[in-house]
Amino acid sequence: MHWIILPVVLPAMLAPLIGFVMRHDIVLARTASVAGTVALLAIAMGLAGMAAGGETFVYRLGDWPAPFGIVLVLDRLSALMVLLTATLALIVLIHAIATGWDARGRHFHALFQFQLMGICGAFLTGDVFNLFVFFEVLLIASYGLMIHSGGRERMRAGLQYVVMNLAGSTLFLFALGTVYASTGTLNIADLAARIPQIPADEASLVRVAAILLMIVFAVKAALFPVQFWLPATYANAPAPVAALFAIMTKVGAYAIVRVHTTAFGSDSPGIDDLTTTWLFPAAIVTIAVGAFGVLGARRLMPLIAYSVVGSMGTLLVAVAAFSPTATSAALYYMVHSTFAAAVLFLIADLVVTRRGSDALQAAPATGHNGLFAALFFAAAIAMAGMPPLSGFLGKLLVLDALRDPGFMGWAWTAILAGSLLTIVGFARAGSTLFWKSTAMPQPDPPAQAKADDPSGVPVTPLQLAPTMAALAALACLAVFAGPVSAYLSDTSTQIFDRDGYVAAVLGADEEG
Amino acid sequence: MELIVASTVGVLTAGGVYLLLRLRTFAVILGLALLSYAVNVFLFASGRLAIDQSPILSRYGDATYTDPLPQALVLTAIVISFGMTAVLVMIGLGAFLEAGHDRIDMDDDDTAQAKGEDA
Repeated sequence: MHWIILPVVLPAMLAPLIGFVMRHDIVLARTASVAGTVALLAIAMGLAGMAAGGETFVYRLGDWPAPFGIVLVLDRLSALMVLLTATLALIVLIHAIATGWDARGRHFHALFQFQLMGICGAFLTGDVFNLFVFFEVLLIASYGLMIHSGGRERMRAGLQYVVMNLAGSTLFLFALGTVYASTGTLNIADLAARIPQIPADEASLVRVAAILLMIVFAVKAALFPVQFWLPATYANAPAPVAALFAIMTKVGAYAIVRVHTTAFGSDSPGIDDLTTTWLFPAAIVTIAVGAFGVLGARRLMPLIAYSVVGSMGTLLVAVAAFSPTATSAALYYMVHSTFAAAVLFLIADLVVTRRGSDALQAAPATGHNGLFAALFFAAAIAMAGMPPLSGFLGKLLVLDALRDPGFMGWAWTAILAGSLLTIVGFARAGSTLFWKSTAMPQPDPPAQAKADDPSGVPVTPLQLAPTMAALAALACLAVFAGPVSAYLSDTSTQIFDRDGYVAAVLGADEEG
Repeated sequence: MELIVASTVGVLTAGGVYLLLRLRTFAVILGLALLSYAVNVFLFASGRLAIDQSPILSRYGDATYTDPLPQALVLTAIVISFGMTAVLVMIGLGAFLEAGHDRIDMDDDDTAQAKGEDA
């Protein structure tokens, strides 16, 4: 039963080891980091197998009973998110090693492992204050990764990112203080049990706490009106780090699903409709912001970053419906958009390294132009939501789940129009980068023969493998959409089974 | 007592938010520090205000004690915000040394180009 805490403990042990012992030997650090991530993936698969049966596993730290001690909770949703994290981490890590990003600054691997520890912990915890602590762990590692290898623009964007998130953390603490003052507990299951018992006329503080928490998670999930940090951050972060950050926005979405479904989703008056009232319009505007950003971007990295904003909007529109079908559609789209964003950043990294700049202007074609064009368009098709990749199915599921008249008008318009704008934006960017570039005159042969010219650097199979693997994951997601969505449907049934969650965490003798 | 605590939190938060909206890194760091002080006091008060009482249950069963959990939360929050402020100062210093000034806003591509054309 100690397996549940391993996704937290393993990176936590490995990171200082890499940071202190292996700091001068990049080969050793790479080996340890890859080995650790492969082990994490194996553990995540084991946990997913455990959770697939539908049981909710609880790990009591120090064996203290639930509302008093801290618990880690493993259900289908947590297992799914940890597995997603581990898979993405391995892909990103191999890309970072193959392209040499990890050697351009110090402590990449140690920070990477700390980041994994924070993300896995945030997915597994069953306590909102513990969630705050794991948020801080993943954030402090992400600050280091964000400014990895330095540079003027990256440092300044990193500073903004840190300030934004510190302000968010302060707000998180205010929210937690309010939760504790109004309910007297910070355990998610205990909250779910106590909030329905609060009389409606005394529930105003709980409502304030619910909205404050939602703002905090919205900052992480890049929801309008607090989405503005994302484009500058993702566009200026090292590309493999930006690909890893694809899971960070999902941490925010996961927290909204977990906390606002389980704890605040109860049928107490004044609280249950609160999230839909505010989350849904914000998500609609987020889709619009993302789509216009994709259309207006003049550089490749901000373009991809805005497409991430748009995909978060689509995801949260589905989350905002707070129904089991919509949530299972949202989960499918979440898995898809994580890989789609990651593969876009990875392929953009390969292209931008060879072009020397990510400006969307025609420039002499680099080596492997055709290969990169094919990969870029495959990734763009996935992100924009065109068949045959999983983006199309994901959006279809979301649209299908939002047929309720209260949602349909706005949601369908926003998602369909947003997809169209995204397709146009990506098509324009890709044709400028890859097709117009072939029409440009090639530079003189002597210039190309220069040793430091990056455009002709051949791409090694190891550099392509992570991108291919992520695309293969998207293809598998589309091919096996049936089994996957059946699993996700079970998952969302389990999410909405609040009594089951409460009974599992607090024990059967506690009143649920 | 309630008035003092409440106005302390309010004034610290107001000052923190004001400084957070400044354009210079130094003021923003001070603002975040003020905000973290405000939230620490706020967390402390979330377990109800109790004066001159120990955070442990009395052996003799008299029920007056102060809630120990917020004190543990505040301790965690202090440690984290202290560490974060240190990280922020280092990153701010790095950005200052790279850019040569401590303005916190990014210059837009367009404005950068416009400035280049002017010059």
